[in-house]
Amino acid sequence: MSSSPVSHTMSESAKGWLLASPLALVLGAFLVLPIGMIFVVSFWQATEFSIEPAFSWENYEFLLTSPVTWKVFLATFKYAFLTWVFTLLIGFTVAYYLAFHIRSAASQTALFLLCTIPFLTSNIIRMISWIPFLGRNGIANQALISLGVIDQPLEWLLYSDFAVVLAFVHINTLFMITPIFNTMTRIDHRLIEAARDQGASGWQILWSVIVPLSKPGIMIGSIFVVTLVMGDFITVRFMSGSQSANVGRLISNDIGLLQYPSASATSVVLLITVLMMIGIVLRFVNIRKEL
Amino acid sequence: MRTPNDLELVHLTKRYGTTVAVNDINHVFAPSTYVCLLGPSGCGKSTTLRMIAGHETVSEGGIILNGTDISRLPPAARGTAMMFQSYALFPHLTVRDNVSFSLKMKGVDKATRAEKAMKLLDLVAMAHLAERMPAQLSGGQQQRVALARALITEPRVLLLDEPLSALDPFLRIRMRAELKKLQRETGITFIHVTHGQDEALALADEVVVMNNSVIEQAGTPREVWGSPRTEFVARFMGGHNVVTFGGQRVALRQDAVRIAAGGQPATVTASVTGIEYQGDRVAVTSRTELGEEVVALVPDAAFFAQPINPGETLGLAWDEGRVHRLEA
Repeated sequence: MSSSPVSHTMSESAKGWLLASPLALVLGAFLVLPIGMIFVVSFWQATEFSIEPAFSWENYEFLLTSPVTWKVFLATFKYAFLTWVFTLLIGFTVAYYLAFHIRSAASQTALFLLCTIPFLTSNIIRMISWIPFLGRNGIANQALISLGVIDQPLEWLLYSDFAVVLAFVHINTLFMITPIFNTMTRIDHRLIEAARDQGASGWQILWSVIVPLSKPGIMIGSIFVVTLVMGDFITVRFMSGSQSANVGRLISNDIGLLQYPSASATSVVLLITVLMMIGIVLRFVNIRKEL
Repeated sequence: MRTPNDLELVHLTKRYGTTVAVNDINHVFAPSTYVCLLGPSGCGKSTTLRMIAGHETVSEGGIILNGTDISRLPPAARGTAMMFQSYALFPHLTVRDNVSFSLKMKGVDKATRAEKAMKLLDLVAMAHLAERMPAQLSGGQQQRVALARALITEPRVLLLDEPLSALDPFLRIRMRAELKKLQRETGITFIHVTHGQDEALALADEVVVMNNSVIEQAGTPREVWGSPRTEFVARFMGGHNVVTFGGQRVALRQDAVRIAAGGQPATVTASVTGIEYQGDRVAVTSRTELGEEVVALVPDAAFFAQPINPGETLGLAWDEGRVHRLEA
């Protein structure tokens, strides 16, 4: 063999490290380091005009004792929960329809791609496009009035929790559809025949066979949706007309005021909260096995 | 002999658009028999089975079980149960929950369910693995669980779709003996779809050979193998030469063909094209003057007493009585 002698003498473990190093470097430089930085800064002190390196629990103390924080975290959980419920219902139904009622693989793919079309424009554009629709004199209100369903414009359509959740659901449902559809297409159709052979009704097949076997997809989709909603700040700002807040907005406001240490502390608390939620989800399903 | 418990197919037809998968077949399956539906892939045997099970709609005709037409009933109301190819066990349920699935769907209480499932698992010698998940079982064990799951519904007819094809050859032979034993013990009619003629011969009380969407021949294994009605059956069942003899197509058992040693009268002469050692015997393939291939199975001792090599010319002889005339 004429290839370099190094590759022959290099041990397997050294090769392994070498192969893993590009990804490790990228993750280290762009994920671990910034998070470590945020963690460090969260203990620093800030005044109106300066940021001082320190080791102080002040930021956390202020954060965890402030009733505003608790209210905002609660609001964030509420958005995450409501969005999760609706995206799950819609996502499961759409995925079920695609996986079990569309016979040909070609039309399955075509319809699935149709679901992704909204993603051709940016999140923010899609959010803002709700405003003329839901506004006081928007299409929705005008249509309802002209149909005679209501005689006063509905005030809660825009700049409300309803609008926030609606936008969240609109933006995030695909993240639920995709993993559920993916696990559903892997369900052997003979299992459904076997269930029917055993006397299961349509609903029984759904509950006893399809839902349990779609669980990995449901869990992965739930992680996507919950983490996206927990970390969002722009949707809440636009759709609530700055009347509601979530943790993301808390952080963004602090950054706007150059209160980096306080923003960092809030970020660390949010990160720990989300990691705990994912940890709980992972206890219920072995995702690695399913990928 | 007809009894009220027969399963009967009446002008049964299945069409997919313009293609006919099953073409107007009529057959009566006697109760408590082991029937093998045999044929090459695409012959309509699986479609027939799936129509009996209710997983395929019937285009025309009827399926009569126990005096009633079941062809429009849902699968679970027919008195049939199906064992699927590769078993289709529910991967998220334990062995016991798989077996008791149908009882759970019926709303039977948990204790009764568990008790009955264990009884069935006992029958297939799987009770000790009741808590396992299907993925933790071997192919043969999965098959036993699938059997128990099908039998718990107390069917009159058990439909088995290529039940042995997922197993390795040794296990296949062991499991087919178990299937046969189970059929004898339960007294249920088994209808077993297979493309392996050895499997059908070994298991069946009745073999139904299908080809091109119709039943080509039905009868006991001995009848079908020993007296093939058509050239297709003779070739598909194996062990036969199909040759033209006296202007007619005939089937001639390969073990009935002798090699005429020098001096003995020969029926035809042929040149040897291949020699295949099979252990207890040797298959000598040769081509006759008409260009037809004839295989002679020669006992190994006789062959090695007078070995033959490819390329040689030899005389082949057989008793007139062993020639079986084919209808088509």
